[in-house]
Amino acid sequence: MSDASINASMIREDDASFGDYFALLKPRVMSLVVFTAFVGLMAAPVGVHPVIGFCAILFIAIGGGASGALNMWWDADIDQVMKRTKSRPIPAGKVDKGEALSLGLALSGLSVIMLALATNVFAGAFLAFTIFFYVVIYTMWLKRATPQNIVIGGAAGAFPPVIGWIAATGSMTVEPWLMFALTFLWTPPHFWALALFMRNDYDMADVPMLTVTHGRRSTRKHILVYTVILAAFAVATAFTGVGGPIYLAVALVLNALFLKGAVQIWRRDEEICEADNFKVERSFFKLSLLYLFLHFGAILAEALLRPYGFGGW
Amino acid sequence: MSLRKEHELHDRRKGRNTGVGLLLGGFVVLVMALTVVKLTSNSFTFPEVQEDGTLGGSN
Repeated sequence: MSDASINASMIREDDASFGDYFALLKPRVMSLVVFTAFVGLMAAPVGVHPVIGFCAILFIAIGGGASGALNMWWDADIDQVMKRTKSRPIPAGKVDKGEALSLGLALSGLSVIMLALATNVFAGAFLAFTIFFYVVIYTMWLKRATPQNIVIGGAAGAFPPVIGWIAATGSMTVEPWLMFALTFLWTPPHFWALALFMRNDYDMADVPMLTVTHGRRSTRKHILVYTVILAAFAVATAFTGVGGPIYLAVALVLNALFLKGAVQIWRRDEEICEADNFKVERSFFKLSLLYLFLHFGAILAEALLRPYGFGGW
Repeated sequence: MSLRKEHELHDRRKGRNTGVGLLLGGFVVLVMALTVVKLTSNSFTFPEVQEDGTLGGSN
């Protein structure tokens, strides 16, 4: 048929726009991936050509986006019952599941191959492992199987600085794993705070979040315990190769605030929370976003100042 | 062919096609820039050609 006219039955008012396909890549998660991978790349003790550095960050971000699309493909059933996710492109009826799968697979292949070509094979392989970990280990297997889903899933989100470091150096040392651990330990309190005030979402979706399986009291205890471990680790990182006085100052202030928030959450009961609409939990969640951004920002500042004789100890 | 009113769907598809076109164009430019950087870097060397015409390891 050479006529390009549109049959009335083909017209869908909710036909996907370019932005809907972009939304499949979870742009907000991608921004975290871009930033932490950039810090990993910049903190590495090897200079990288700006074009190669740009390509490395771009392909790590595309790999992260591909994981997001594959996650939305697999989780389409639970996304449509959760308030937080039901406006995503698949549950909103704008993009078919098959399209999300195709886009995710195509971008996974593209990002891994291009990262390997632009930097080194080790970095490409590590990106492939990260996508596999997030999609298969977390999304397909553990998310619906264990209340520790967030803890293990946090590892996938923590890999980007390691990939950035490997992209620059081609090898693995302990420093990128310190950045990994920072994000890994930060993820549980961040998501459990969200689960506390988005309370009915996970119940309805039948996802075994800690709030559902062990109760809200236990979740509050878990937030406190993880925050104590995170705070000790985050401050100790100041005395390692990626830390320095700027990082130490930032870590001391932020961890004091984060610990204060965690203690408040632990002491609160549900009646008080209902009365103030989870005010403390919401501000703890907002603080957690700033917490991660400023810790990585401080690591970046130390790395950028090091060539000028500042930064580091 | 008779003149037809432009449907809103045309605009949406045009936006999608323009987006894909720009991304593909950007990708071509990126690969070209990457190639130039790799070929002009100090670490780049052409592989040696063996006597039998096969490629050996680079220096």
